[in-house]
Amino acid sequence: MSLRRLGANIRSIHTQTPAYPGHIQLNAFENAFLAVGSAVVSLMNPYRADLIAALGETTAGSSLPKLRDIMLANPEGRQILKDRPRINTRTVDMDALARLPANTWGRTYINWLERTGVTPDSREPVHYINDPELAYVMQRYRECHDLYHCITNFSVNVESELAVKYFEFANLGLPLAAISAIGGPLRILSNAKKRDRLFSEYVPWALKTGSTSRCLISVYWEKRWEQDVEELRRELGIVDSPARWPKSKKTLDVDSDASFNLANSNPGPGSGSQSGNETDNTSHAPGTVPPIG
Amino acid sequence: MSLLCSGAIRQSATRKWASRTFIRCTSSYSDRDQKTTSFGFKTIPAHEKESMVKNVFDSVASNYDLMNDAMSLGVHRLWKDEFVSSLKPGRRGPMRCIDVAGGTGDIALRLLDFAREKYADRETSVEVVDINAQMLKEGHRRFKQTMYHNTPQVSFHEANAQELPVEKFIDNSYDLYTIAFGIRNCTSIPDVLKEAYRVLKPGATFACLEFNKVTNPLLGPIYDQYSFSVIPLLGTLLTGDRASYQYLVESIRKFPSQPEFAQMIRDAGFVTGKDIDGAAWNNLWGGVACIHTGVKV
Repeated sequence: MSLRRLGANIRSIHTQTPAYPGHIQLNAFENAFLAVGSAVVSLMNPYRADLIAALGETTAGSSLPKLRDIMLANPEGRQILKDRPRINTRTVDMDALARLPANTWGRTYINWLERTGVTPDSREPVHYINDPELAYVMQRYRECHDLYHCITNFSVNVESELAVKYFEFANLGLPLAAISAIGGPLRILSNAKKRDRLFSEYVPWALKTGSTSRCLISVYWEKRWEQDVEELRRELGIVDSPARWPKSKKTLDVDSDASFNLANSNPGPGSGSQSGNETDNTSHAPGTVPPIG
Repeated sequence: MSLLCSGAIRQSATRKWASRTFIRCTSSYSDRDQKTTSFGFKTIPAHEKESMVKNVFDSVASNYDLMNDAMSLGVHRLWKDEFVSSLKPGRRGPMRCIDVAGGTGDIALRLLDFAREKYADRETSVEVVDINAQMLKEGHRRFKQTMYHNTPQVSFHEANAQELPVEKFIDNSYDLYTIAFGIRNCTSIPDVLKEAYRVLKPGATFACLEFNKVTNPLLGPIYDQYSFSVIPLLGTLLTGDRASYQYLVESIRKFPSQPEFAQMIRDAGFVTGKDIDGAAWNNLWGGVACIHTGVKV
């Protein structure tokens, strides 16, 4: 390593000027340390959504510039980069969406949020990406994760979350999706029913659809709330989702492993991970972690 | 007429501008007069430091021991053992000790164990004082696992080291005052030293274990890199709180050097050894940690 590179790797003990609020600059050693550390700790404690987020950011590498270029190549994506919209309960008018007709994308999203008990708020902000525009792309991905769940019609139990991860890997190419896709199933190795459903039905569909459909990072979801959801799905190339939902909201899926969650397979502070995870029981308050067992 | 008016207007406008500028000048004077202190590398008004430090320790309290082990790779235990054995509590009979900023009770426990094991002393007592209730709760919880729980040998008090309440902490009443890894978090070190001087008996010892300056040119940079790279990341990984650990490593750099601190101890009225390593202070691990002692005469 040249002396100059060595110099750049040395942590200065003086405070650094952040490129955007919340920005923490890491050198190569720290990046690697955080990547490995967050992988280990989040595998041990899947409720640490902030570490899953850190894992995603430290391993993003060249995938973010690629996604940004995909956005730049598409007029809708360019508009997103210009506007930099955020998705949370303050920026999205939930009440207005709830009043839309039942077949619209907006109403489908609200229904999905209610069924899973997830909230779009409390996504961990991006810290470890140096370029502000790429940091926005990462933030956008994190906030759109729920929308990807919704458009593919997957719920938030373990096998559904993993299916979405496989889909994301095929569609967006983020290393974190691959890491979760590999690490996640370790948690359900014991549950044969879930494993089978995941690998025989969900994964083949997810990989095929993810790779043939349009790259979802460049979709301006907020401008399509009134669009018919089936038409939207056809337009994007996401059809015939094999996802299966529990019969009723109050039914406890006894097969699902109640002890951990989807935070393990989450890009960011888990969309579903924090609340709907462990089982398909969505009767607990959104945004809270359900008790174990 | 109009000229006069406009003149008058201009004059009053000028006066207003001048008075505004004057006010701005005086308020910046008073800003300069307002005491500021350091919070890590940031400069903040002195009156805010206490609550900011409180927030740091509220958030680290439950994981404090885990973090100490992770950051120092367990070495902090060796430092604390060395600190307590150099003080030899109980050698000249039972002592009344006060351990300040001792929240989680590491030093208190070692003092009592040392007296009991080396000198069969079950009368030595330690009063653990800390400004942070969360830390004291952790200490109390830890002591429940020992034989000293519910005995007069240990007690816990919430108080500010800079102004210990006079009714509870009487002048000239303690044989040993210890403060380990706490003094750099206090807003005014001279005030802490003054209180220490007040409550100690004549002939009693003041002892402080604290992180200090590493002057060794090989060890120094490595230590800096480790502090500023690894420790905040360990904070992120283990507790999700980078900012508190960033504060901790920065506050170490802002602490006075070994001779400066020895002088501050003398200024409070204590007598110390000469300003060399081994006399007024004792460096551990090249200065990463350091034991300063003084005696009240």
